Amino acid sequence: MDTQIAAILAMDGIATGAIYVLIGLGFVLIFAVTRVIFVPFGDIAAFTALTMAALEAGQIPGTVGLVVGLAILAMLLELGSILRARDFHRIPRALLFFLVLPLLPAGAVWLATGLDVTMAGRIVLSLALIMPIAPLLDRIVFRPIADASVLLLLTVAVALHFALVGLGLLFFGPEGVRTQPLTDAMFTIGGVTVSAQTLLIVGASIVFSGLLFLFFEFTLAGKALRATAVNRTGARLMGIRPATTGTIAYLLASLLAGISGVLIAPVTTIFYDSGFLIGLKAFVGAIIGAMASYPITAAGALFVGLLESFASFWDSSFKEVVVFGILIPVLLWRSLSFLHLDEDESEE
Amino acid sequence: MTAARLRLVGLGAVALLALAPAFISPFSVTLLNFIGVYALAALGLVLLTGVGGMLSFGQAAFVGIGAYSTAWATTVAGWSPWSGLLLALALTGLVAAVLGAVTLRLRGHFLSLSTIAWGLAIYFLFGNIEGLGHFTGIANLPPISIGPLALRDSAQIFYLIWALLILSLILSANLLHARQGRAIRALRGGRVLVESLGIDGFRVKLVTFVLSALLSAISGWLMAHMTRFVSPSPFDVTAGIYYLMMAMVGGIGHLSGAVVGAAIVTLLRNSIQDYLPLVAPGAAGQLEIVVFSVLFILLLQRARAGIVPYVLRYLPRVTPSPVVDAPPLPCRRQPAKGEPVLIVEGLSRRFGGLVAVNDVGFELRAGEILGLIGPNGAGKTTMFNLITGVLRVDSGRILFGGADITRRAQRRIARAGIARTFQHVKLRPTMSLLDNVLLGTYARTRSGFFAGALLLDRREEARARFEAMRQLRRVGLAERAFDLAGGLPLGNQRLLEIARALAADPLLLVLDEPAAGLRRLEKAALAQLLDTLRGEGLTILLVEHDMEFVMGLVDRSVVMDFGAKLCEGVPAAIRRDPRVQEAYLGSVAG
Repeated sequence: MDTQIAAILAMDGIATGAIYVLIGLGFVLIFAVTRVIFVPFGDIAAFTALTMAALEAGQIPGTVGLVVGLAILAMLLELGSILRARDFHRIPRALLFFLVLPLLPAGAVWLATGLDVTMAGRIVLSLALIMPIAPLLDRIVFRPIADASVLLLLTVAVALHFALVGLGLLFFGPEGVRTQPLTDAMFTIGGVTVSAQTLLIVGASIVFSGLLFLFFEFTLAGKALRATAVNRTGARLMGIRPATTGTIAYLLASLLAGISGVLIAPVTTIFYDSGFLIGLKAFVGAIIGAMASYPITAAGALFVGLLESFASFWDSSFKEVVVFGILIPVLLWRSLSFLHLDEDESEE
Repeated sequence: MTAARLRLVGLGAVALLALAPAFISPFSVTLLNFIGVYALAALGLVLLTGVGGMLSFGQAAFVGIGAYSTAWATTVAGWSPWSGLLLALALTGLVAAVLGAVTLRLRGHFLSLSTIAWGLAIYFLFGNIEGLGHFTGIANLPPISIGPLALRDSAQIFYLIWALLILSLILSANLLHARQGRAIRALRGGRVLVESLGIDGFRVKLVTFVLSALLSAISGWLMAHMTRFVSPSPFDVTAGIYYLMMAMVGGIGHLSGAVVGAAIVTLLRNSIQDYLPLVAPGAAGQLEIVVFSVLFILLLQRARAGIVPYVLRYLPRVTPSPVVDAPPLPCRRQPAKGEPVLIVEGLSRRFGGLVAVNDVGFELRAGEILGLIGPNGAGKTTMFNLITGVLRVDSGRILFGGADITRRAQRRIARAGIARTFQHVKLRPTMSLLDNVLLGTYARTRSGFFAGALLLDRREEARARFEAMRQLRRVGLAERAFDLAGGLPLGNQRLLEIARALAADPLLLVLDEPAAGLRRLEKAALAQLLDTLRGEGLTILLVEHDMEFVMGLVDRSVVMDFGAKLCEGVPAAIRRDPRVQEAYLGSVAG
């Protein structure tokens, strides 16, 4: 391998890694706030790509049906719990949040289908459509068991992923898609040709990681999220509702996953089930960050991208084995460098 | 229902099962075969996840290693299926040991996440290793032969599958009721509890992990020779979640849950495959996983315990076998009264900038009760954790029975003869009082995993049970020996912890705030018990802030305040000491 090839591989790895960074940060964000290890997160990214592709082709994306179905289910559950509690004044709010708001982007997409929407318009529509999915799933699946152990929540999340993959096949079909490139420009830096697409991926990753940081540092909602992550009971005593911060976390994280889906769609063929592997690789990054540190997660996700790139050059059929196998030495290092007292592990 | 009658019921069930192939359709026999094979892997998960508390999504990967080992051995290498079994067990055991050694020290969810990762890695290995047929797999595996008889027919391999399953169930049940099995059941109580009993928690986890993998290997071996074909797809993470679902539907805390769950999931899958095409032609394949995932999520939301515990409520309880007289377990020689037992010299511990314990020293003599007292935040609990090895000492020395135990692991300190109780009681609520106290005898007994599973430990077990019963009698809980510990009121739970500590035959008993949360009468009973134990020559260190409780009981007290030792002496002198009064009540005005 000469330096030329190494540079190309590194470039490729950084671009892939940048996508994992966004998803990895989303993992950490959701876990910190809700204690849910949201395994189906990669699926959200894949569904965004599939939505983009459908909009490009002038079809109604399957996401519309998915969102409508989930919204109705979530609203029924919410109404059910309201009726049981006889808390009737909460009904208008529930209708707004669980039915009207999620249906707005679905309606917009439905109206826009067939019209000549610009690239930017398609991106905005896709992101708007994808964002309600995770919060609705949270309402349907996780909120009834919000106080369960991390392990139980994890089991549910894994099961949820398989449900989503099955639904993905139903709503999107088995075909793989690849969207139009966001840009065709090419640059030559130091003898290596770099596509503007790559720069765009890296740039977007940096910008949105930065925005996330600013959100946490400088907004009240961001501080409420951090407070919930540090101590749920304490946050509650300060008047912060974990359910609300959870929804904000899911929305934000979905935005990150959606952006990564938009970025990856032109460079990789995405199938209905591609999300699992993308998500799990981002996950390896999040584990390197111990599901707690945003900067280490970002570094870990970049590392996974680079590793994947070089491994596929070495032997492409073994790249998955290498990427997931690397977790073992990583975990060994973590287990040696951090001695956990598992006092707080809960029992059923 | 007595144990003998239960055995009779079991034998009847086995006889019915043995006759089944003669009366049911060949298709039903095949279904039963799959149920048996899946139940073996699910049984491994019950041991690992339900009993041991380690959640794994990677069970299917171990089934796969078992299946691929024998596939390679019998088709490529030309060995017999029995050699294939040996290879399957060896390889699976080795992989599990390595993976376990790396990941089992991790906290719960990291362990589980890593199972997804290596589960995937192993799946991709199957699909990519040269000589394993890539993603199309290996076909034409030979049938298993017993002597001249080749088990080609599903009604023939049926007997092998169910014999192995029943054998595994019996061995697992034996194990769980023996010394190491109790240690596995204690794992969910947390590391500090396990180590305080002198149990090497990591080793117990590792052996459990390997045993669970070996059950999967047997399952994979049977599956490979039953279907005569292997390919990667039955061993991916989806399959892993199916195994988890089986164990959880049945009841992940119960061995029989594995069989019940495997039966329900297999039958349900079968009928869904029959009916879904009628409901949704063309989309049945993908709907199946959706339906199953949704059912699984509903199960986890509403009925986590599974079916077996629900059914058990309506069945007569099996009467536990009575505790019989047995020769007592060997005892330590208690030191002569007045001999120094514990010497603490200049002990310090810092947390960042905070000095929690600062240069504290005292001496504890045989046969006395020493109270370590002080107001909240004085550093008593830190001191306690330093002595018992939960926290590391920064500087200073702890001598116990003449030996330096300053930086020894918690487990080794426990084994040296310091037994403890917990301020927040750490009992195993779903184990009986007797089993909880038996945990205390762990360090005094030696039977291993195999001895337990094969019932080679019966003599030692009888002695341990006798000892546990003796300690229960000592604290006055013998009548309730077979009740579950979770049902006791707090006062009795504290007494039970003391019985467990006594069962370790300690030279020193250390009690962490034993009076906290107790009512007046309970406190009096506790004080009475501790007084009696002292009368029998036991040395006791009491960490407590309830002055009334301490002053009426102890021989001497050490008073701590702001991490440092304030004074030391008999109760009357402590009471008069102005420094103590100031620490507790604030300074005198003026």
